[in-house]
Amino acid sequence: MILIFTEIADGAIKKSSLEAIYYGSKVAEMMGTNSTVLAIGNADEAELAKAGNFGATKVLHANDTKLTNPNSMAYASVLAETVKSIGAKVVITAKSSFADAVTARAAGALKAAVVGNVTELPDLSNGFQVKVSIFTGKAFADVNVNGDVKILAIKKNVVAPIESGNSAAVQNISPALADNLFAAKVTETIKATGMISLPEADLVVSGGRGMKGPENWQPLLDLADALGAATACSKPVSDLDWRPHHEHVGQTGVKVSPNLYIACGISGAIQHLAGVNSSKVLVVINKDPEAPFFKAADYGIVGDVFEVLPKLTKAVLANK
Amino acid sequence: MKILVCISSVPDTTSKISFTDGDTKLNKAGVTYIIGPYDDYALARAVELKEQTGAIITVLNVGGADAEPQIRKALAIGADDAIRVDVEPTDSYFVAEQIAAVAKEGNYDLILMGRETSDYNSGVVHGIVGEMLGIPSFSPVMQLDLNGNEVNMTREIEGGKEKLIASLPLVLGCQEPIAEWKIPNMRGIMTARTKPLKVIPAAGSALTTTEKYSLPAPKGACKMIPAEEAEKLIELLKTEAKVL
Ligand SMILES: Cc1cc2nc3c(=O)[nH]c(=O)nc-3n(C[C@H](O)[C@H](O)[C@H](O)COP(=O)(O)OP(=O)(O)OC[C@H]3O[C@@H](n4cnc5c(N)ncnc54)[C@H](O)[C@@H]3O)c2cc1C
Ligand SMILES: Nc1ncnc2c1ncn2[C@@H]1O[C@H](COP(=O)(O)O)[C@@H](O)[C@H]1O
Repeated sequence: MILIFTEIADGAIKKSSLEAIYYGSKVAEMMGTNSTVLAIGNADEAELAKAGNFGATKVLHANDTKLTNPNSMAYASVLAETVKSIGAKVVITAKSSFADAVTARAAGALKAAVVGNVTELPDLSNGFQVKVSIFTGKAFADVNVNGDVKILAIKKNVVAPIESGNSAAVQNISPALADNLFAAKVTETIKATGMISLPEADLVVSGGRGMKGPENWQPLLDLADALGAATACSKPVSDLDWRPHHEHVGQTGVKVSPNLYIACGISGAIQHLAGVNSSKVLVVINKDPEAPFFKAADYGIVGDVFEVLPKLTKAVLANK
Repeated sequence: MKILVCISSVPDTTSKISFTDGDTKLNKAGVTYIIGPYDDYALARAVELKEQTGAIITVLNVGGADAEPQIRKALAIGADDAIRVDVEPTDSYFVAEQIAAVAKEGNYDLILMGRETSDYNSGVVHGIVGEMLGIPSFSPVMQLDLNGNEVNMTREIEGGKEKLIASLPLVLGCQEPIAEWKIPNMRGIMTARTKPLKVIPAAGSALTTTEKYSLPAPKGACKMIPAEEAEKLIELLKTEAKVL
């Protein structure tokens, strides 16, 4: 049995989790078994049934009010209990900072092998082997995963789901929740609303120190808006407080792998590339033709961001 | 107050990665090893807490003897003693098992780690250790203050951050701006030479093995578009790259 851990946002399964469901269902097919989805927290039953569209037959929904706010320890306890109760041998999740926290604790409870940044379906011809991205995209390792329970965190865009039109049966579960799982008190949550989530985004427009100051961000935001893209930035930009910390990508920031990453006024330092080099298509706009980023790019424009960005926005809007 | 800081020894990000022995081993020649960048933040905050509370800091690495320069550096920055579990850190569960064994033995109030290693970016060792010890774990923590037994933290979440209060003992994965990296001074470097470094054997066995390494396919040439015709880019992203 394969169990897929999913994350919920606004009552529905996140897009990255739908990819994980599709991946998990493919693994189940390869192993001649079924896949079950675990959804924790407040979600709409009709939305959960959509897991079927991505290959799962069943969704287990733990909807205790104590689970409404994401709590990695409580979620991990539910995950570990579910793995045991359905006898799952493989757990799949989309790689995210929250999922890492959940699967880590579940792994501790289950003595499970955890492998992150998986980039392909497993090779089952001789044991259980997966390809993982290492050194922030600079290399790959083929890893044999042993252990009775295996937990795989997959990178975004590893599979391109084909929707089946099926729907999954949703079953409510009420796992026991020990009090000590709720020992920490969250006193304040500060969250940007109405923004496209950066780790989830297919399209990202990102700005560096070449944007010259926070007051100059509007042309970049306009392009992101026109495209329906998330916004990101380089580390100095968040260090200078031009943009919030959670937008910074790179070695010490968020790692993204969108379909399209547009870098505006970013030099392309190796620490920045570490967060973006698994993007499908990289576009670089920089006034310096020698900027190192061009070496990693698919498309480049040598020019002033403040002249180029409005042109791009205009072209996107005209094309709509 | 006892703090355990877990450090990984990883290739510097700017290192060129290549493999030897038929692509089964990392080519260590020419690679500079450093304390994991996030682990460095954990260590820096631990040293600040030591200055405030007189805490004792033990630094722990799971790895071979080649990690010792990084351990000595941590001692020079301000850790009091060090433990090295002498085994290749193959997988997260296995590493966590070593750390948990040391932690149980030493009864630490606070176990600080980095948010993730910079070689495998797993971000799970702190959670596994927390579960093994039956104590809470949080990551990535951007701010950490102690008030007796009470711990005030700010943690990054998707699209923002949250403030938390919890009690010791805890396991935390740290990231900037929790503290500024510290550079060892001359006195630190001198005293680090004589600080105790205990080498102990590993327990348990690895859950993964690596069969082979590979490098990504080289990137094709970058297609340049003149700035005057910037709008052509959108057309190409639609029709050629097919990402719009
Ligand atoms: C341990 C470590 C970890 C790090 N982690 C990260 C990380 O996670 N993420 C990260 O981003 N960085 C990281 N860095 C910093 C990194 O090394 C670079 O310093 C940083 O990425 C540079 O940011 P930038 O490209 O925005 O700025 P700069 O290097 O200053 O580049 C600005 C660019 O804008 C161009 N420009 C200027 N004006 C214009 C204009 N009008 N139009 C078009 N182009 C223009 C310039 O030609 C230049 O190429 C890290 C560094 C270290 C040492
Ligand atoms: N070999 C190791 N020795 C000591 N600590 C480690 C080791 N590997 C990982 N850690 C710690 O665990 C954190 C998370 O690592 P990971 O889950 O591997 O990304 C790191 O930032 C370190 O603090």
